Amino acid sequence: MSTIEMTSDMGVIGADPMLPSWYAVERVRRENHDTFTLELCACDGETAFGFQPGQFNMLYVHGVGEIPISISGDSERQDIVTHTTRAVGTVTRAMWQLKRGDTIGLRGPFGTVWPVEEARGRDVVIVAGGIGLAPLRPVLYSILHHRESYGNVVLLYGARTPDDRLFVDEILTPAVESRIQVDETVDRAVTGWGGKIGVVTSLIPRAGFDADEALAMVCGPEVMMRFTIEALQRRGMDADQIYVSMERNMKCAVGFCGHCQYGPTFICKDGPVFRFDKIEHLFGIREL
Amino acid sequence: MSISESNTNMNVIDRDGLDRLFEVLVSEGYLLIGPRVRDASVVYDEISSTRDMPVGLKDEQEPGRYRLHERGDGAVFGYVVGPHSWKRELFPPVQKLYQVQRNGGKPDMEAPAADVQKRALIGVRGCELAAMAIQDKVFVDGPFVDEQYKRRRENLFIVAVHCNEPAATCFCGSMGTGPAARSGFDLAMTEVIGGGIHEFIVETGTELGATMLDAVPHRESTEDDRVRRAMINETARQGMTRAMRTDDVHRLLTRNYESPRWEEVSERCLSCANCTMVCPTCFCSTVEDVTDLSGDHAERWRKWDSCFTSDFSYLVGGSVRPSISSQYRQWLTHKLATWQDQFGVIGCVGCGRCISWCPVGIDLTEEVAAIRESEHPAKRYV
Repeated sequence: MSTIEMTSDMGVIGADPMLPSWYAVERVRRENHDTFTLELCACDGETAFGFQPGQFNMLYVHGVGEIPISISGDSERQDIVTHTTRAVGTVTRAMWQLKRGDTIGLRGPFGTVWPVEEARGRDVVIVAGGIGLAPLRPVLYSILHHRESYGNVVLLYGARTPDDRLFVDEILTPAVESRIQVDETVDRAVTGWGGKIGVVTSLIPRAGFDADEALAMVCGPEVMMRFTIEALQRRGMDADQIYVSMERNMKCAVGFCGHCQYGPTFICKDGPVFRFDKIEHLFGIREL
Repeated sequence: MSISESNTNMNVIDRDGLDRLFEVLVSEGYLLIGPRVRDASVVYDEISSTRDMPVGLKDEQEPGRYRLHERGDGAVFGYVVGPHSWKRELFPPVQKLYQVQRNGGKPDMEAPAADVQKRALIGVRGCELAAMAIQDKVFVDGPFVDEQYKRRRENLFIVAVHCNEPAATCFCGSMGTGPAARSGFDLAMTEVIGGGIHEFIVETGTELGATMLDAVPHRESTEDDRVRRAMINETARQGMTRAMRTDDVHRLLTRNYESPRWEEVSERCLSCANCTMVCPTCFCSTVEDVTDLSGDHAERWRKWDSCFTSDFSYLVGGSVRPSISSQYRQWLTHKLATWQDQFGVIGCVGCGRCISWCPVGIDLTEEVAAIRESEHPAKRYV
């Protein structure tokens, strides 16, 4: 056909974006009652895996299925690929059963990134709800590595209960030690919890950042993000200072399957991280 | 560009010449895919000669209605489009992505070999060529390439046919895709029948097309042929009764996410997904994983999917679009509006399939008009 250039390598197919590469499970770590972290390394033991904070991979479990999971590890470590997810579906439940040495199919990394570079020299507000802390953890690693490059950094974290809090040793404690203001709240307290109770948005009015020049990165359930953005805007932040990570059903991650459409965008290609002014007009529309 | 202005080489073959062309294509290694009748409708499948084709048949189409009738002549292409579209040849309804054998260590993965079969598509209409160009943007022109699609596409030989008699559901005229084929063909034909004549005026679109035609007995076209061809096309153009206004449709639909019309249409829509299955541009797919009894052999298949299911938008906790109103809104708004943001073109070619094959006869041209009308209610004089 005239519309497509003929190629000379007839019969040899090019790189197929739907085919995974094999990774071996290095470690499966329980985070809380329904959340676990999966550490993977390339089966050939050599391939370096590079990604930027905010990106995700498609992980395939033999015969069970393939799902998108954000990368929750340190982007300066290329030997290990880390994902944190809740075991709430068929694939993630099967994933939690995997043992060290088991293989898993991986495609990626895909998607847009958090504005870690743009944020240099400015204040940063990170607002996470529940498992929403996982896609933001690479940002926090990055800031911890280069703490002097950023102004005031605030981490506002809301969990369901004190037992649900993620990454206490890896992030929450080191963050405090590195002059990151960590303010936490839980929906429901248990005996021994001396911290705050309530929604994460209640932490925003008194957080220490300069709303005129700060960048905000927000990840959590859509309703949490909506109220967080409202609270940030009440502090004086504009839509183009706020970044959110969106989620939709996804089968391919390369723009073929159509499932992840959100208005005119494909979450897989145009997201998952969006500057809020790009999707503000879609945000309140029901069942979009 | 109107058909009379096209500056292509034009020749004429007779009725036997068509079968001769098919023989030439087969001898060149092409698998012939063309229209044939199955389950009382014209579908696309393998053919070996015009004997397999719906010769002398005409389709009558209305919202929710499709019937085949005898024409009373021997026209080979005297119908328009049925429930199949050519997308099934490039983007098959069911396709294996890969298979994996577990054997203790690193699993053995095998992807299907590249599909190198050459296919000649016989009787591709203008709207269908436009649809193929639209799917190219999805599968070939993006940052990622569907290699199987690309390979099949490269191996096509396209024999287009200009439509002589549009169905009542056709609105390609207003979509700028027909009734005459514009581009993207190797050969394009106008069928001339009546007054003891049965011939095909053939335009050549590519050098490959010219080579194939050279092997078929033909004569050069005359001024009479060209006038006849222009008249047939003009008659077809004027015979089209349906239209859709598109200049304002992007802004119209994207400012009407909350229109009450979505609820209204959802009371009629059965969310059966027929419209998405027959649509020549709809490209959504899902995947299915299967294993053998041992669990060691796993396969992953890609299948056509539809935004008219609640599974389509499932996330932990439920479906994002559980209601029919939001599913219909997603389909129509994507097809006509956000498709333009994504691919720079509108996702509809005006073939009318979704109108004919909707069991309750929902007509997208009517839905768009109703939403437009809802913004400017007709003045009432009391």
